[in-house]
Amino acid sequence: MAEARFSVEASHIMMFARAVGDANPIYCDEAHARETEPGGIIAPPTFVQASAQFQPDYRLRPKIGEPWFGSGATPSGTLMPPGDAPDDTDAKQEKKSGAAAGGLHAEQHFHYHRSVRPGDVLTMTTRPGKTWEKQGKRAGKLVFSETITEYRDSTGELVVTARGVGVRTERVIEQEG
Amino acid sequence: MALTKSELSVGQTHSAVVVDNLSRTQIVQYAGASGDYNPVHTDEVFATKVAGYPTVFAHGMLTMGLTGTMLTNFVGDGRLLDYGVRFTSQVWPGDTLTATATVVAVEEGDGEQEEGPVVILALSTTNQEGREVLSGEARARVDA
Repeated sequence: MAEARFSVEASHIMMFARAVGDANPIYCDEAHARETEPGGIIAPPTFVQASAQFQPDYRLRPKIGEPWFGSGATPSGTLMPPGDAPDDTDAKQEKKSGAAAGGLHAEQHFHYHRSVRPGDVLTMTTRPGKTWEKQGKRAGKLVFSETITEYRDSTGELVVTARGVGVRTERVIEQEG
Repeated sequence: MALTKSELSVGQTHSAVVVDNLSRTQIVQYAGASGDYNPVHTDEVFATKVAGYPTVFAHGMLTMGLTGTMLTNFVGDGRLLDYGVRFTSQVWPGDTLTATATVVAVEEGDGEQEEGPVVILALSTTNQEGREVLSGEARARVDA
């Protein structure tokens, strides 16, 4: 079980809404938002996914002073480029793992207890859920694993419950999620 | 803004084009906002030469976020109770996505958090070739 704190800020909500192409002024205009049913700025429904910003060990964010596995002078900063490595094992291993970093995202479910608002300080508690396997036609063996995250406010009340399902594949697939 | 039970009928649909010609820059914008900088989404060199994909592709959560825009515009601000999706196909730069919600049922809520009626929606987002990239379901409070 892992725990982290997520301070919700209006500017972050605005940037997130822009990124998902949502022009609804309730995500950025306080004067407009006051006249709506929620009565103030709220976050778009998938916003809690941005809690990744606040997870200290999140591996899909470059960290200061640490090598990053994306490209720089070579196609990957932490692997020998494919073909250059003596036995190419790392590169092959990485290619086989689907998205090359943590597998692919298969499902995501949110249950909303209330809207997320600027000023909320959410505590995230993450625990593993079920794991199961399936045989895919093109991707080989598929291993699914579930993660459940609870977002609670400073009074301990549940705000959002999230359930994500990730999948790891044996082979790179282009059209099957 | 919010939906009313009497206006809703089973089978009724609401559709919107949620992105037209998805740009690599918008994928990068989503990476920055969400904090997911996985280079398969943001780094063409890594995505093609290391991970073996034809190009970068969108985060599943970007597709869910884009679809959420159609959904909240339909049900109204702060009305969602549940929103869940399966990512059924990858989304690539250049894709144009159309998101559709179909009314499956209108039910009474649980009487606690869900005072009043609740609409149950089936969700489907397709690309310009008609391929489904996301399927899902949502529940939202509606007015009596």
